[in-house]
Amino acid sequence: MAKIIVDGVEVDVPAEYTLLQAAEAAGAEVPRFCYHERLSIAGNCRMCLVEVKGAPKPVASCAWGVRDCRPGPNGEPPEISTKSPTVKKAREGVMEFLLINHPLDCPICDQGGQCDLQDQAMAYGVDTSRFHENKRAVTDKYLGPLVRTSMNRCIHCTRCVRFTAEVAGVPDMGALWRGEDMEITSYLEKALGSELQANIADLCPVGALTHKPESYHYRPWELTKTDSVDVMDAVGSSIRVDSRGREVMRILPRVNEAVNEEWISDKTRQIVDGLRLQRLDRPFVRENGRLRPASWQEAFAAIAAKVKGSVPEKIGAIVGDLAAVEEMFALKLLMESLGVTNVDARQDGTVLSPAYGRGSYLFNTTIPGIEDADAILIVGSNPRYEASLVNVRIRKRWRAAPPPIALIGENVDLTYPYEYLGAGPDTLSELASGRHSFIEKLRGAERPLIIVGQGALARPDGLAVLSAVAKLAQDVGAVKDGWNGFSVLHTAASRVGALDLGLVPGEGGLTAQQMAQGGVDVLFSLGADEIDIAPGAFVVYQGTHGDRGAHRADVILPAATYTEKSGTYVNTEGRVQMANRAAFAPGEAREDWAILRALSDVLGRRLPFDSLNALRAKLYAAHPHFAAVDTVQPADGSAAIQALAGIGGTPDREAFESPVKDFYLTNPIARASGVMAECSALARELKLEAAE
Amino acid sequence: MAVRKLAPEELQPESFVLSPETEAFAQQQIAKYPPGRQASAVIALLGKAQEQAGGWLPRKAIEAVAARLDMPVIRVMEVATFYTMFNLEPVGKYFVQFCGTTPCVLRGAGDIKKVLERRIGDQNQITADGTFSWLEVECLGACSNAPMVQINDDYYEDLTPENFEKLLDDLAAGRPVRKGSQIGRNRSEPFEAVKTLQDPSLYDGSQIGAWRKRFEEQAQPAATGETEAAVASVPQEARAAKPGAGRAIETEAADTPAERVKKGETPINPADRKEAADPSRATTGDSHTEEGARPAPQSGKSYVATPSKPEEGSPVPVSPTTPVAGTPPSQAETRRDGSESKPDVVVDKDNKTS
Repeated sequence: MAKIIVDGVEVDVPAEYTLLQAAEAAGAEVPRFCYHERLSIAGNCRMCLVEVKGAPKPVASCAWGVRDCRPGPNGEPPEISTKSPTVKKAREGVMEFLLINHPLDCPICDQGGQCDLQDQAMAYGVDTSRFHENKRAVTDKYLGPLVRTSMNRCIHCTRCVRFTAEVAGVPDMGALWRGEDMEITSYLEKALGSELQANIADLCPVGALTHKPESYHYRPWELTKTDSVDVMDAVGSSIRVDSRGREVMRILPRVNEAVNEEWISDKTRQIVDGLRLQRLDRPFVRENGRLRPASWQEAFAAIAAKVKGSVPEKIGAIVGDLAAVEEMFALKLLMESLGVTNVDARQDGTVLSPAYGRGSYLFNTTIPGIEDADAILIVGSNPRYEASLVNVRIRKRWRAAPPPIALIGENVDLTYPYEYLGAGPDTLSELASGRHSFIEKLRGAERPLIIVGQGALARPDGLAVLSAVAKLAQDVGAVKDGWNGFSVLHTAASRVGALDLGLVPGEGGLTAQQMAQGGVDVLFSLGADEIDIAPGAFVVYQGTHGDRGAHRADVILPAATYTEKSGTYVNTEGRVQMANRAAFAPGEAREDWAILRALSDVLGRRLPFDSLNALRAKLYAAHPHFAAVDTVQPADGSAAIQALAGIGGTPDREAFESPVKDFYLTNPIARASGVMAECSALARELKLEAAE
Repeated sequence: MAVRKLAPEELQPESFVLSPETEAFAQQQIAKYPPGRQASAVIALLGKAQEQAGGWLPRKAIEAVAARLDMPVIRVMEVATFYTMFNLEPVGKYFVQFCGTTPCVLRGAGDIKKVLERRIGDQNQITADGTFSWLEVECLGACSNAPMVQINDDYYEDLTPENFEKLLDDLAAGRPVRKGSQIGRNRSEPFEAVKTLQDPSLYDGSQIGAWRKRFEEQAQPAATGETEAAVASVPQEARAAKPGAGRAIETEAADTPAERVKKGETPINPADRKEAADPSRATTGDSHTEEGARPAPQSGKSYVATPSKPEEGSPVPVSPTTPVAGTPPSQAETRRDGSESKPDVVVDKDNKTS
């Protein structure tokens, strides 16, 4: 620790802090453009100049370490000033230079109202310009469908260049030419090939990079901000949903060090248009092979008639990927009251089950825990597309000090180098039997991390694979006191919550695949869109979008998306998080739990709650860990792994395949989004180009 | 600096493969750096690739260098576009870099430029036969032999329109040419005849190189057995070698904090410290305006000096152009209708003057 005096306040900070960090620790505000906590230091905007006592010139505080300061003549702590007249003059000078070439187009700029340059020019600048020459003109660049450029506004902070190179791991952007001619661009103006690219528009301190899909649609001060959680993948990124009136206008990341730091994937951010397109806004009933709009009463009556005509063994329920815990709980109670055991939330056919303990299906290491791992083995997963933010963490770990990383599965670009071991279970057993050198690295590691993805589990021999992985984890000592390196990576936001609730087939019950292939007469689908239901069964689809599930349905009950209801989601780590309502569902669509409550009344099995709070009270009584929002209830790792290892079995020889075939089109909301369709087409194009 | 661009697509070659020679050069360059730091060789490799490609860098060459050095293409592109000596568009077989900086212009570079324009055409234009192209560059550092041009790797100096024409003719015809000065002088020696530095005493060691003689003389006593005497004359208290030794005589400053500590006093005079901490002594320094000379009234926020009334030749001491923050509009001294920043504008409401 080193002492430093900031504006007369003495603070004790780590010696490796920069002056800027020290000033912040002392409560002083230092303006900056290029500096960003999560990116490397560039020191090129010069806005953070401070005065160091004894230094002849102001210094850039972001690039000057506390340990580099000279003490006073008698060993006094170094002293810096962030408020002196010199600093004020320096900031005014820097600001004047920055504004020389910055166009005065704030009234037509999307960044207006959320612009660092605007704010800091007000706070630290002067009110006039002495520059009489022409301003610089730069052609706008094409960076893909998500980021609009207006390069006249660029102040060359290079945050976007550093983000793509460092965090996203796709070094597509750079600064060409030099001096006044410097231009930020991608190579040959190709679209950026990153699934995190839209974050550069958030990072841009000016209006040079803005979000293309939502450009010119709103002003930031018109929006109502709602803190929520993302459901596009099982990471559960913290987001802020900004809405105007009934409509969600944009989704932004929220800082959450435990999950997404401050990034979100493009899918999380840009499915906004999918929230209003293709929506189911009234109930439908199929008559003579065609769906016709109906009233809620008609729809319920149709369901009741079918349910009453069936025996419980011929009724089933499948839960989709976007369902919140509340409606899953309501569905579970309803099915229990009907005596139905055919309930399954695993429409992809994964073998995970609460039977082996909670530790058998969680990402036990937790996402911040990845940074502590010293050897990483990925089995049957492509984390870059299954859980982009988990991949960002692995990359962060790799950048800090490259640990040995290996992968069994598809040989894909994960943005960091790894040892490719093989494609399928054969390699896994080879590794387990010690015939592969990587096993030594795993054994030698103090905190080995084994990530097993759905590509290895959602297959007929998944249980044998899972058991083999568990055995391997036991063998290398991945589960011990203070470290649980056995982690399951999920792809569906609802999955862990559903497993926590026990939404798996009961005694003699059918799995989702069996139900879909004609095992039942009446099938209740709670937003299950990723499964093909064979003709024959009477399908009740409760969901939000006119997607695959709705096309097959006989009765459609319109429901609310995650931005239109308050719902609990449990991410892949087991972290319980709450999504909040930012807007209202369109038309006659209702919140899912309320639909189930109303349906239960018609079926004569009234559920014992009349409000969301009453439902939650019941839920928390039955499953207390759901009440602990934003925390992870650690699971008993060794018992779970023991149970898994005991299953045994022989896996097939088929190679692992990631369940995420198209990152941009994994759920009904994304498939309804035009922006995602464009991204998907572009990604296919890039893939083809790369294959050439 | 002129805006440069990558060459248009139709000029770009289909492919570019590093030649064995370039590859050998690359290995030699990469070996200079520690393993994993091969990217450090990027400038050298780009230069060699430019040589191989005929004086310019096609896009494929940039990509080939990136692949060779295992770098993202955009990083190599950044380097190639940063340095102006990488030509991104094709150049002639003889690429003339014409110096257009002041010393050359004073010595007649304008005429040389006319020759270039007449014989080759505009800058960055290649002649129809592909022999020449030219570009005006900043000072190439051969000012004493101005005017000059650089053609490919060599300097051609002391140009006149006549000898430059001949030089271009010879190059075009493939005849051997003389590098350096075109008027036959040796490097940058005086132009016609050597008239200075002719005094023989300059070369006999009596003036230039006298130190050598002195050293030799000083070395003599040691040889003649006078070493002991010399040793005896060395002061007994040998001084520690210091960086400052042999420079200014080291006496301690009269009153430094270090000196005070040595004497057991308070390191810093409390009065001095108090004075130094006085905010009025902050870095801006004291204002040394004389009594009575008052600065022109200005907005505290503005750099723009208050406009003056030309007929009076003095600043307009009417009122600050910007009211003091917090002044209610009703009490503001000036109008706030947009004309307050234009004190010279006389609003003639009755439109009498015409």
